[in-house]
Amino acid sequence: MATVDLKDVRKIYPSGVEAVKGVSIAIPDKELCVLVGPSGCGKSTLLRMIAGLETISAGTVAIDGKVVNAIGPTERDIAMVFQNYALYPHMKVYDNMAYGLRNRGTPNDEIDSRVRSTAKVLELSALLDRRPRELSGGQRQRVAMGRAIVRNPKVFLFDEPLSNLDAKLRGQMRIEIKNLQRSLGVTSVYVTHDQLEAMTLADILVVMNAGLVEQTGAPLDVYEKPASTFVASFIGAPPMNLLALTGASPSSVLADGTVIGLAPRQGKAVTLGFRPEDADITFATEAPAGALALPATVEAVEPVGAESFLHCVAAGSRIVVRVSGRASAKPGDQLRVVARSEKLHWFDQAGKRVD
Amino acid sequence: MIGQSPLRTFIAHAVLILGILIVAFPIYYTFVASTHTLQTILRPPLPLLPGDQLWNNYSEALFGGIGRIGGVSVGRLLLNTTIMALGVAVGKIFISILSAYAIVFFRFPLRMTFFWLIFITLMLPVEVRILPTYKVMVDLGMIDTYAGLIVPLIASATATLLFRQFFMTIPGELVEAARVDGAGPWRFFFDILVPLSRTNIAALFVILFIYGWTQYLWPLLVTNSNDMNTIVIALRKMVSFADADTQWHLVMVTAMLAIVPPILVVVLMQRWFVRGLVESEK
Repeated sequence: MATVDLKDVRKIYPSGVEAVKGVSIAIPDKELCVLVGPSGCGKSTLLRMIAGLETISAGTVAIDGKVVNAIGPTERDIAMVFQNYALYPHMKVYDNMAYGLRNRGTPNDEIDSRVRSTAKVLELSALLDRRPRELSGGQRQRVAMGRAIVRNPKVFLFDEPLSNLDAKLRGQMRIEIKNLQRSLGVTSVYVTHDQLEAMTLADILVVMNAGLVEQTGAPLDVYEKPASTFVASFIGAPPMNLLALTGASPSSVLADGTVIGLAPRQGKAVTLGFRPEDADITFATEAPAGALALPATVEAVEPVGAESFLHCVAAGSRIVVRVSGRASAKPGDQLRVVARSEKLHWFDQAGKRVD
Repeated sequence: MIGQSPLRTFIAHAVLILGILIVAFPIYYTFVASTHTLQTILRPPLPLLPGDQLWNNYSEALFGGIGRIGGVSVGRLLLNTTIMALGVAVGKIFISILSAYAIVFFRFPLRMTFFWLIFITLMLPVEVRILPTYKVMVDLGMIDTYAGLIVPLIASATATLLFRQFFMTIPGELVEAARVDGAGPWRFFFDILVPLSRTNIAALFVILFIYGWTQYLWPLLVTNSNDMNTIVIALRKMVSFADADTQWHLVMVTAMLAIVPPILVVVLMQRWFVRGLVESEK
């Protein structure tokens, strides 16, 4: 049970590359913090610095209020689940799970009871005598989780633990991880590049880009109020539609000269965004008042079953509209894409959100 | 192969059997010679079937002592050679696995310099440095000792390189998982690295045992007394230039006995290392 506090953490490699450029995150006790971002954004480096596998160039990492910069991974009392599971190939499942405890000098009967009870929770009891290569991907993943849980550490660290599983198993394991983490009540840091995993798992979502935190917050807050164009296009699938603006308020002008009678309440916006599910299509020529109504041409329709995605061209940009059920439009149709003004997002020159 | 005709099968087998005959016949003939009396061997032609002197010849050689090499028994020679071959094989593996461990998993100043120093010794065979090494052995009083036979042959660039290559294929995550699990350098080495290297160790052991067993030049230099000779040296000493002096039946027995331990090692270890190969996975 512990908090994790990062204060202005930086990582500068000897080559001069700055992978993490000053990150501060406070993770309360028992919460699951997800670091999400594209590859190379520094999220894994950050996790490895919390683990003690990378040195910290500047700033402090504190676990349970204690600065751990100078402490090795063993003494930090953390457990880590790796992307490739990193199970010891020559050891049985039992020994894989017991290894960390043995190294800490835990008495044998306690090791035995802890391994067996953890195995029961993870439904691994029947597999304790197998070796990792005799297990399926999902089972290996469970063993890797078990190895972390059995140690009863202060903090769990997950480094893209589901990326080697197939889509169905990934969904299943995602729910299991969430449930386990909640029931064990262990503070966790979870790194992923998958925004869906990030949204569903996180108590605190941290979106990273190029070594910096773009936004921190509850997943739905981040989704509803993205702080920058980067977050807007990274969180959500399909991503938010972003249209460049040329004219100034009160009437914004789109790149192709279309004038829309809307503008942010304050500040100057150069980008307008709306989510595919916040838009709708209409064949009516009358624009509803107080809403965005973009003339658009349908390029492609993707029916997924419960919903359909319309890929359209509007004002010279490609946009996506999500409609539920079957789409009433077909490729080549001219129509209007409508979005209510309160569902619009505005971003300024620096890509930051303006309201 | 798909769609093999009987003729093809026949030809393939004929070629294989011919090859085996060519390889095996000299060994068989040596065995035949080792079961006859000296008189039979010296009076050509040598029979193609084993004679009745098997027990006599082998017990004389193993326990009786052979005149031309100072009355030392083949048993003693086998012991010497086994100690040397084991010492060289075990020593080489021990030294090279440790140096490879240091080079791959630790960051220390001049790491690459050390690696290249080891690597360069590959280009320096024992024969090139044999005189200085001999001088050192004399100064240390290690002539006619097992240590003198073994130690100079232990340093091995080849084995170090082999272990290095293997260690470099071990995923970094595994090393990190061990660190998080609280395994220090020694625990990681013994609990994880050595068990994972079993296959390599077994393969190297076979190769190095035979390397040690067949050494000729170095044992010739470093042993003077007859009872420290290795079997290869003794064999050479037993053959005299005057044919009549040579006890050919005992030479043949010694030759037969000399190939038994390497064969045993190959046969026994082969099982091990096939199993290791089948099981290995990273």
